[in-house]
Amino acid sequence: MKHEWPLWEIFIRGQHGLSHRHVGSLHAPDAEMAVKNARDVYTRRNEGVSIWVVEARHIAASVPSEKGPMFEPSESKIYRHPTFYDIPDEVGHM
Amino acid sequence: MYAQMIKSEASNEDPAKLEAFQARIDAGEKIEPRDWMPEGYRKTLIRQIGQHAHSEVVGQLPEGNWITRAPTLERKAILLAKVQDEAGHGLYLYSAAETLGVSRDELIELLHEGKMKYSSIFNYPTLNWADIGAVGWLVDGAAIVNQVALQRTSYGPYSRAMVRICKEESFHARQGYDAIRAMAFGTPAQKRQAQDALDRLWFPALMMFGPSDAESVHSEQSMAWKIKVKSNDELRQQFVDQTIPQIEYLGLDLPDPGITWNEDRGHYDFSEPDWSEFFNVIKGNGPCNVDRMADRKAAWDDGAWVRDGLLAHARKKQAANLAAE
Ligand SMILES: [Fe+2]
Ligand SMILES: [Fe+2]
Repeated sequence: MKHEWPLWEIFIRGQHGLSHRHVGSLHAPDAEMAVKNARDVYTRRNEGVSIWVVEARHIAASVPSEKGPMFEPSESKIYRHPTFYDIPDEVGHM
Repeated sequence: MYAQMIKSEASNEDPAKLEAFQARIDAGEKIEPRDWMPEGYRKTLIRQIGQHAHSEVVGQLPEGNWITRAPTLERKAILLAKVQDEAGHGLYLYSAAETLGVSRDELIELLHEGKMKYSSIFNYPTLNWADIGAVGWLVDGAAIVNQVALQRTSYGPYSRAMVRICKEESFHARQGYDAIRAMAFGTPAQKRQAQDALDRLWFPALMMFGPSDAESVHSEQSMAWKIKVKSNDELRQQFVDQTIPQIEYLGLDLPDPGITWNEDRGHYDFSEPDWSEFFNVIKGNGPCNVDRMADRKAAWDDGAWVRDGLLAHARKKQAANLAAE
């Protein structure tokens, strides 16, 4: 028998109430082992307080070659930013 | 270095695409796994990252050799943690290589078939405890010089692996220096062992950076693609310059009579390693090549039933869960 363990993507929540962040990947036979291995590999120096694992094949991603049509439309919509608006000094902080 | 003598591939793809790719690199952009890249870039990276990964894993052997014989419980816990880090470094790098479309098992098989290499340094023996100190200090010290530069490499996953690794490496060098310092300031016999370890490992450590770039046909393309960021000679000089004051602090003799401060260059001069020895070790004829590969293969083969068993168990559980739904 010669089968490779599936690949898992590892997400870790750091200590400061932040979101889980992608830190890397590893191979494991199942989710339980993936969590245990992630603990050993990615949190040996207090890097986290919570671990998520997702099998890599379940991740859907945007297509790099469509980066333009995908993300450029927001570039022209400068009115979405607070700096677009002039607030008179007399009004004070807003 | 951990990746020595990496043969780079030329590319004969659409010139417009190659040009656009080079422009991205020149602009300092990172290349990500699903971006278009020249086949030569992909192949060279697989070779380099794969060799780097193999070096981390094989590099555990000379140090693992001393875990059970560490002089104190504290030194043992430190060495164990250090060697465990190296396993992690191997994992980060295999993961980075896998984003290029090769599997970890394929890379491991290529290593075991002798079709891929690992750093020449790990084919030297660790004869006594002083060698363990010297390995952390000099070998990891040399690796850091290389890996700090590689944090700026153009391939995103490789660069991120380097950032992670560099965070862990300075512990490696410092614990090594701490161990050798205890011996250099210890009994006369301990000091002799420290000197002997330095003398034996100095030139093999310099060889880690690979032969001079003047002789390296592969460097130019790799530099243009920022797969390599600094030349072998530049990195070697940086290592020599930072290490000599550390030797002097220990009160040990310099391991090379050719070492002198060169006022004009603002660097230390030093003797070239014996490159015929290097090529001989790379070819498989170093003192420990045969043992290292035998140990790696045995670990892989003896672990096969565990890998298979865990996978069979996972599949059985999955089937039972599906049936219960
Ligand atoms: Fe390492
Ligand atoms: Fe290390």
